[in-house]
This record gives sequence, C-alpha cells and structure tokens, in this order.
Amino acid sequence: MYVAVKGGEAAIANAHRLLADRRRGDRSVPALRLDQIAEQLALGVDRVMSEGSLYDRELAALAVVQARGDMIEAIFLVRAYRTTLPRFGYTCPVDTGAMQVERRVSATYKDLPGGQVLGPTFDYTHRLLDPELAAGGDVEAPTERPAEAEAMPRVSSILAHEGLIEADGDMPLDHVPGDITREPLQFPMARDIRLQALSRGDEGFLLALGYSTQRGYARNHPFVGEIRIGEVELELDVPELPFAVPLGAIRVTECQMVNQFKGSAKAPPQFTRGYGLVFGQSERKAMAMALCDRALRASELGEDVVAAAQDEEFVISHSDNVQATGFVEHLKLPHYVDFQAELDLVRRMRAEYEARENENRAEDKREAAE
Amino acid sequence: MSAQSTDIATYNFAYLDEQTKRMIRRAILKGIAIPGYQVPFASREMPMPYGWGTGGVQVTASIIGPDDVLKVIDQGADDTTNAVSIRAFFKKVAKVEVTTDTARATIIQTRHRIPEHSLTAGQVLVFQVPIPEPLRFLEPRETETRKMHALEEYGLMHVKLYEDIAKHGRIATTYAYPVKVEGRYVMDPSPTPKFDNPKMHRSPALQLFGAGREKRIYAVPPFTDVVSLDFEDHPFEVQTFDQPCALCGAENVYLDEVILDDHGGHMFVCSDTDHCEKRRGDPTTPLWGGRAEGAGDLATTPATPTPALRADPPHKGEGKEAE
Repeated sequence: MYVAVKGGEAAIANAHRLLADRRRGDRSVPALRLDQIAEQLALGVDRVMSEGSLYDRELAALAVVQARGDMIEAIFLVRAYRTTLPRFGYTCPVDTGAMQVERRVSATYKDLPGGQVLGPTFDYTHRLLDPELAAGGDVEAPTERPAEAEAMPRVSSILAHEGLIEADGDMPLDHVPGDITREPLQFPMARDIRLQALSRGDEGFLLALGYSTQRGYARNHPFVGEIRIGEVELELDVPELPFAVPLGAIRVTECQMVNQFKGSAKAPPQFTRGYGLVFGQSERKAMAMALCDRALRASELGEDVVAAAQDEEFVISHSDNVQATGFVEHLKLPHYVDFQAELDLVRRMRAEYEARENENRAEDKREAAE
Repeated sequence: MSAQSTDIATYNFAYLDEQTKRMIRRAILKGIAIPGYQVPFASREMPMPYGWGTGGVQVTASIIGPDDVLKVIDQGADDTTNAVSIRAFFKKVAKVEVTTDTARATIIQTRHRIPEHSLTAGQVLVFQVPIPEPLRFLEPRETETRKMHALEEYGLMHVKLYEDIAKHGRIATTYAYPVKVEGRYVMDPSPTPKFDNPKMHRSPALQLFGAGREKRIYAVPPFTDVVSLDFEDHPFEVQTFDQPCALCGAENVYLDEVILDDHGGHMFVCSDTDHCEKRRGDPTTPLWGGRAEGAGDLATTPATPTPALRADPPHKGEGKEAE
C-alpha cells in the first residue's frame, strides 16, 4: 500500500535538533566562545565579514560557529541578517592614503616614502606544522617600532606624478555611487558597481579567474604596485552639521595593481590600474579582485574581450557564492513533478525509437532474404 | 535565524524591513502594469538559500498582512519539506494563520504547481521562479535577451520549438513551457508542468512571480490572456493521464508516479495533496479502489520485470499524437 516518504514538521525539527547536537559535538570539550573565534580564527572571521558585506566581528564569529566552520554557510548567515538592517546613510569615501598601516609592501619599488612594512604575514613562514601550538604554549609579545612620522602615500599617487599611469577614478563629478544591495544589478555596469560586486565575490572564484589571466587567458601584465593593510577612519556627512562625523575605524586590505598597457585606439600607452579592497585582512582576495577588475576593464580600454575573466556578465553573475551555492544545492529539493513530465516524454520518444528500430530490422531481414 | 528574545539580532514583521517591502511592492505594481514583463528588483538575501524560493518568499513577505491566510505548496504538496519550512517561517516571523485548504487561503505560495482547485478573485498565487528568462537557454546574455523582449523579437523561440518538432516529432518541452501574456511578452511560467499552463489563462486570481537569485519580479493580473506558444499544425496540448489517481480516483489532474518496490511496481497519485485529501474525505466522491491494489499485486509478482512492463504509458496527448 502507498506510503509516501514525506518530510513533516517533526522530521525537520528532529533534523535541526540533530544538527545542533553535532554542532556542539562532544560535551566534555568546552564550547567555543565568540571571542575565541574572533581572536584566534581572525582571518576566517575577516572572510565572513568581507563576503558577508557586514563589518561586525562578533556577528561574524557567531556565524562561523553556527555554521560549524562552513565559510559559505557563515557568509550566508551574515548576509541574511545584514539585509534586514535599515540603511541610515552612506559614509564619506575612505582615505586609504591616511591609513593606520600595519602592513604595506610594494613589488614595484625597492624603497619608497613610508618604507616597506611586512606586518603579520605568512609570506616567509616555512609551512611546517607546529606541535607547540597544539600544546598551547605561551606566545612572545611582538616587537613593534613606533609609527613613522613620515606619510605613507599610495604608490599609485607616486606613479601619477610622472603621468605614466592613468588617472585614478574617472567617474563624472555628478556620479552617485550605486549600491548593489539596494538596487537591481544591470549590465553593463559602472566600475563602482562592479567593484562592489567583486568585493563580496567568492574568494576562490576570483582567485581562479585572476590566476587564469596570469596564465594567458586575457593576460594583463600585472605588478603589485602596493598592498596595504590597516585601519581607516569612517566618517558620515550629517546634513545638520558643518563637518563630517567620525563613526569609528575599520580594518581593510587594499591592493593596487599596476598593469602594463601598450595602448589602443582608445588610450595611449601607459600603466593602467586594477583595484582591490576588502574588509579585514585578505591579501589573496584583494589581489585576485584587482586582477579581475583590470581584466573587466577590457572594453573600456579598447582591448578584445577573449577570455572568461574579461566577460562582465559571466564574472559578476557567477561570483556570488551565496547565490551559487543556493542554486547548485537546490537541486536536492524535490523535482518530481518536472521529472514526471520528462519521464513521460522520454518513455514516449523511446517507444517510437524502438518501433522504428524494429521496423528497420525487419526490413533488413527481408532484404537479406531476398 | 534565532532572535526576537536576545538583543544581538532582531527582525521586523515578515522579516523584511519596511523600506525593502516598499521597494518590492513598487516592483510588483510595475509588473502588474506591464503583464509578463520582468521587472528588475534589488533582491535581498533571505534566511533560506537561493533556489529554495527566495523570490517567492520576498514577494509573499511584501504583500502579507496580519489578517492573511497563507498556504504553501511544493510539487503540489503541503507537506513536502520546503513547503513545511516556508510555512513555518511565516508562522514565526509574521504570526499569520496558515492553512492547507486552497479555497481558504488568501495567499498561496507555490513551487512547480498550480492547485487543482480553481482559484477565485482576491486570491494571490505567488510562484517561486529559478530562471525567469524564457529565452535564457537560447541566449545566455541578459543584455541580449532584454533587447529581444523590448523589440518583441521572439523568432528564436519559435525556431527552437520548430527544431523540436523537426527532430523529435513534437515540442520536447514538458515543463516551464513558454507562454505569451496579453499578446505581448513571452514569459516563463516557472517550472510548472505544461499541464498547469491553461490554468493561468484568464485566472481570476492575481499571479505574482518572484525570482530571488536572478532579481526579477513579474506578474499576470487577473483575467489576463496567457497563451502557450504553439503552431497551427502542432497545437499546444497538455499531458493527460489514462488512469485516475490511485487514492481518490480523480481524473484530469496531474499525477505523481510513486515507486512501490524495486520490481517496477508503481502507482499514480494526485500531486495536489490537498485536492486528494479533500476528495477522500468527501463521502460523495466515488472512490477508486482498484489501482492501488493492482499496483500492490504487481509488487508481489516474483518474476523479474521485463522492459515491456510499462506497455501503456500513463500520459497521452503529447504533441504529435496523430502519428
């Protein structure tokens, strides 16, 4: 007799209860606290803030633990919360030139005003597993030199003095920056909109696309003009006040790629820019973003669009991991109504095919007999 | 999605903030004003994944009020997991009354089906849409497809349907079958089986379509022409079943095939669970008892099934039946 497998409310509730149990794991192991995650898994928290587009370490840490460490799930949790928040206004553009820099490296100049500052980087560590970490030993306090009095101008500004690099930002004066979280995406996009989409785009996806440009699919000859990580001030213009009101500081990673450009019908030979900016500390993401940004400027600069990384609709439509994971994973939802319709069609076409084959075979036999 | 009680995160009535609801309502109104036209809207992340009906949920969240009665179905059924989950969501964030009764609902959110019970004026049917663009699989670029709609250039779609006929002898589209709305826009009816297409034509209910991931809303106002694309010599036809529902005996309804065992035993039952249960609960319905048992007999047959077991395809009337 007919017993359909149907998911009732009880089944869902039980599944969630089991999930909560598995999330907590062995009860004899102390439960994670949010501050532990925010402090000790800081780069994971940064990624969640960056791709979740919400600068809040505590909520990001909560999302990480709630998602059992699944980054895309955590990003999703943060996005679904952020989207419900009312919008009070837009901050003034941040000045990364005035950043409280913790790390700043340039690959184009050996030395430059403000110097090279390595900061907390994995770059020269030997990737040897460290058993002492497992033992939970004490960690030495860092040595830090006092902040430089010297200003730390952005490398792109240094290059700009010589006129060898295109001007920064060519938006018309009356251009109001868009907001991809409030307005529908429409192609083709202005660069500000595209950069917003890239900044919350999936790290892995942008990394692979950026990598593809290096391997010859829309090669754009990049140099890291500069990467800087540190805190920038946020300010808000309040109509009633004659000055901008400081809101606090956020930590960001900025990457300025400098790309060689031989010139085209539209632009003279010069260096061009690719730009990356993300919340928190993530050089990989900022660099990948800068490579993609430059690749996506192909038509603006009069280059042929020949590779995936240059194709705005392709890149931007598929860079959002919350969208991507949703649509891929939705395939596990029931589709039996549609499947039934297809099943019927295939059966019908199959029957016709077999009838035809049988007829052919009979005919062949007849011919052989004759 | 925890919340209300703690102060770390709280949510508005029906989850979305009021600014967002206004934005979505504007998109809906525009959609109603231009039937079948896909209105871009700034879709929000929802607390369920893209692909789970975020477009439909946003539409429902924007139009629902405290006095509404909500029904949610997936594959025609009220008790499939996702329908249960979306219903529970609105019970939680909007505290509205929910029902499985098609006639009693003021808003029906659906995935992949239109209820068998005919809808009435005042009801709103909200569809969850994965890919709103009917031309998408013919032309992947949004910039191009928008142009094609603007110029009413639908030749490509007709060529596709014609190629189907040339290759397969029939139009090989069984669900998400394209329709023309009010003689102007070609529209994707969402992945409902084409069986449901005629129900959209001049329906007294308002039909709203939400595609969250693709950020589009479109609408079919009440009593609007919705015509499935076809050719004079290959007229549009819906699937018909040559056996009734094995549980309630209903005919001319869409049926699901249920596999009973691993010997090819199967039976066909109503996809619309509310419709089926109503009929079974109604003493005046002539009950059909034979099929379920028949299938049971099949199940107990020890012989290995032959490929010819399904000699009678349950559907008929697919496109080119004459041959």
